[in-house]
Amino acid sequence: MKKQKKIAYSLILLAVTFVLLFFLEGNKSEYGMAYTVIQKGIILAVVAVSMNLVTGFTGLFSLGQAGFMAIGAYITALFLIPVDNIEGVFYIEPISPTILSMKKAIEAGPAWLQPLIPYIALILGGLAAALCAGLIGIPVLRLKSDYLAIATLGFSEIMRAVISSPQMNRITNGSYGLKKIQGFDSIIQTFCIAAFCIALMILLIRSSYGRAFKAIREDEIAAEAMGINLFRHKELSFIVGSFFSAVSGGMLAMFMRSIDSKTFSISLTYDILLIVVIGGIGSVTGSVIAALLVTMSKEWWLRFFDQPLSIGGVEIPLFRTGFRMVIFSILLMIVVLFYQRGLMGKNEFSWVGLSKACKKLKNKLVKTSKKGGNAHAE
Amino acid sequence: MPNKILEVKDITMQFGGVVAVDNLSLHVNKGEIVSLIGPNGAGKTTAFNVITGVYQPTNGQVLFKETPILSSYPKGEMKKAYLGQNNGKYTQIIKKTPDMITKLGMARTFQNIRLFKELTVFENVLIAKHMRCKANFLSATLCLNYKEERQMRKETMDLLEILGLSDVKDEMAYSLPYGQQRHLEIARALATKPELLLLDEPAAGMNPQETDELTAFIFDIRKKFNLSVFMIEHHMDLVMEISDRIYVLDFGKLIANGNPEDIQNDPKVIEAYLGGADDDGE
Amino acid sequence: MSISTFLQHALTGVSLGGAYALIAIGYTMVYGILRLINFAHGDIFMMAGYFMIFAMAALPWQIAIPIVCIVTIILGVLIEKVAYKPLRTAPRMSIMISAIGASYLIQNLATYLFTALPRAYPEIPFLKRIFNFGSVSASLVTFITPILTILLSVGLIQLINHSKMGMAMRAVSKDFETAQLMGIKINRVISFTFVIGSFLAAIGSILYFTDRMSVTPFSGTLPGLKCFVAAVLGGIGSIPGAVVGGFAIGICETLLVACGYSTFSDAFTFILLIIVLLFRPTGLFGEKNIDKV
Repeated sequence: MKKQKKIAYSLILLAVTFVLLFFLEGNKSEYGMAYTVIQKGIILAVVAVSMNLVTGFTGLFSLGQAGFMAIGAYITALFLIPVDNIEGVFYIEPISPTILSMKKAIEAGPAWLQPLIPYIALILGGLAAALCAGLIGIPVLRLKSDYLAIATLGFSEIMRAVISSPQMNRITNGSYGLKKIQGFDSIIQTFCIAAFCIALMILLIRSSYGRAFKAIREDEIAAEAMGINLFRHKELSFIVGSFFSAVSGGMLAMFMRSIDSKTFSISLTYDILLIVVIGGIGSVTGSVIAALLVTMSKEWWLRFFDQPLSIGGVEIPLFRTGFRMVIFSILLMIVVLFYQRGLMGKNEFSWVGLSKACKKLKNKLVKTSKKGGNAHAE
Repeated sequence: MPNKILEVKDITMQFGGVVAVDNLSLHVNKGEIVSLIGPNGAGKTTAFNVITGVYQPTNGQVLFKETPILSSYPKGEMKKAYLGQNNGKYTQIIKKTPDMITKLGMARTFQNIRLFKELTVFENVLIAKHMRCKANFLSATLCLNYKEERQMRKETMDLLEILGLSDVKDEMAYSLPYGQQRHLEIARALATKPELLLLDEPAAGMNPQETDELTAFIFDIRKKFNLSVFMIEHHMDLVMEISDRIYVLDFGKLIANGNPEDIQNDPKVIEAYLGGADDDGE
Repeated sequence: MSISTFLQHALTGVSLGGAYALIAIGYTMVYGILRLINFAHGDIFMMAGYFMIFAMAALPWQIAIPIVCIVTIILGVLIEKVAYKPLRTAPRMSIMISAIGASYLIQNLATYLFTALPRAYPEIPFLKRIFNFGSVSASLVTFITPILTILLSVGLIQLINHSKMGMAMRAVSKDFETAQLMGIKINRVISFTFVIGSFLAAIGSILYFTDRMSVTPFSGTLPGLKCFVAAVLGGIGSIPGAVVGGFAIGICETLLVACGYSTFSDAFTFILLIIVLLFRPTGLFGEKNIDKV
């Protein structure tokens, strides 16, 4: 396929995406469900790609996504609750005076600063998570990375416990959570931030450093013999991954408008793992597609699993609250056990690949229809 | 006097109560091809792993280009359990990791091929260029080092062409035939621009024709890249044809060294390979 | 803190530690043999809690306890057969994901079947009988737990050191492939490991929940995590290590709670893990492993 043709196709895809997003933005009320679900899917795509960077491209199994997201979410939320609402949110114990005075100083700042605050908040949240990741990484990444899974899982659970503890009331509002967080201006803003983050991660993966990550994934000992410092590169990948997880957590806080510690339980990490595994461990586009598909089916198309269902007056006994999640966990097991490659394996989406897949499908269809025809003739 | 590119002094490697390498001393001069031979389990690969920094030796020193890269003496629990010699001769602890040693100019291949299987031939070699990448990860992400990147790709392409791998450059490493995988592993090692190349059984599993090709290949790359070569090998034809000097290891101990003719006629070597009188002779 | 309150807390800590030790043994054995963190182990422990609730609803405790043990063992072996066995030759990452998937599935299944609301754990009357020693008072379970833990672990160590199956287990944990070549039936050894692990988890669950009063689908997660840390602390793969680690964590946690740092008692476990990994990654009783190149 010619290069110009590929670029043309990509531009068309981008244009269609934007038209769709503008359409959704314009008709928010009519397509409320689609609007929310797509927005959430976009946000989860960021964290899924960040998990894939660590797990799929560097071969480190990190389960701390929920914890890093919580850091990002709480920092972003603290920045984005308007000063006027603070008292209403922190009704149990007042907010710590340092934070309040800082918030007041920011709000009194120059006008050009105000629209930038969400971005600054997201970046600061990311940096805080990156710092935590760096500290956890020092002992854990020097060893066999088996322990990384349990250390990050532990970190994320403890993060949640600390956030909800009464001692933290004056910062995180304890178990009551933070509310009245300023949200996104539009779905287009969400999309642009997410696209920017994912683009950065893709560029990193395609750079010389990304190749070093892949080398570590393929064979640590050989990578080291090629002059790659294992610890430094693992740490780098883990820190960058955590940074973007936290950014995505911040976006989630902006999307949900109110957060509490329960949002960031282990099952959030598992949900993200589900997305990464279904999309294909080691495929960015796979993660993005799976993030949208899984979120849409979970929150929208397959909602009915949780509702009691009766066909012709007979109640089907399986359908009730929680059934949906059982289906999804079975799906995860099936993918891991039987389709380890997921949707995309280690491949990335490309127009050539798509046209090949289409041709294959067409051939298959033609063949089966011929077979059917033959069988009929006999 | 030719200067020594690699010098191994009194290396002992002990795992628990097993002495895998016992007081090994050897050296490789600049431009030489030196072989390390010995029966299975003699400790050759362990010696390699010590030299390249994978294991820290229990005792002894390794010098590369006349600066120590590894140095150790028995300590901790090993102090009491130590079974080797020259205890107390070395007092320094120097531990360079394998990646640091590679950066100094020593590259290796592995006995059981360790390619980056699910990456292309081109990427396999390109990865070896990463250690000389000067840009930090931020500028690399933002493509600010595009000149360097272009240079890395060009060097890789040139190397693949010299080594005759350019027509398979987009194949996945695992899909190559066995002989080519061996070549690719050597190519990858060469991409780090080494001065000393360590080959761990490069001809393992090759038929006589492939072995002949490999012999020519090693001579060829030595000339083209101005290399010194230190290798472990079992194919005696290859070893005798190619080596300037040979070291023979048996049960972790050096039993002979010298040029190929001497080794071929050394009674100790013959005994080690064919079994002694009290052995029932395999 | 007066001596008697200290003793009171120490006693509670030892009792909690005993339950932790029993669960930690399950982690350490599976890791020793399969080199796998059995993420579902905490959930097996949680499910044992639910089994007890249902068994006790209809049966007296003398019958209920054996039934619970058997059902838990079946669950543990089932997980091994379904989630781990098909992936024996797969990359480690896949097996870990499968373990997570199993844990996720059990949690969601429990939420679906029993709802997320806490369920009251049945009282076993004789375990709840209160004893008084001077100013220190505790229920029988507090005394039974550490004793039972030590008896069970001594028995287990005897089994591993002196029985044929134990020898096979040691061989498999040293070298999986060679053991297979020597004619050891790997799958039987692994199943047996899961039988023991799940049995101990069931006993641990009874001792643990008798003091806790209620079970939720997520009550296995945090104890599971702590017990894994206990296993790492003791040296993963070592049974005495797991027991010592379990007691250490149980006692430290209880004392921290007693001092009023209940939130940070969880964080403490995590910090302990980091410290162990920093300074003694092989744990207290672990062996140093050398990777083959």
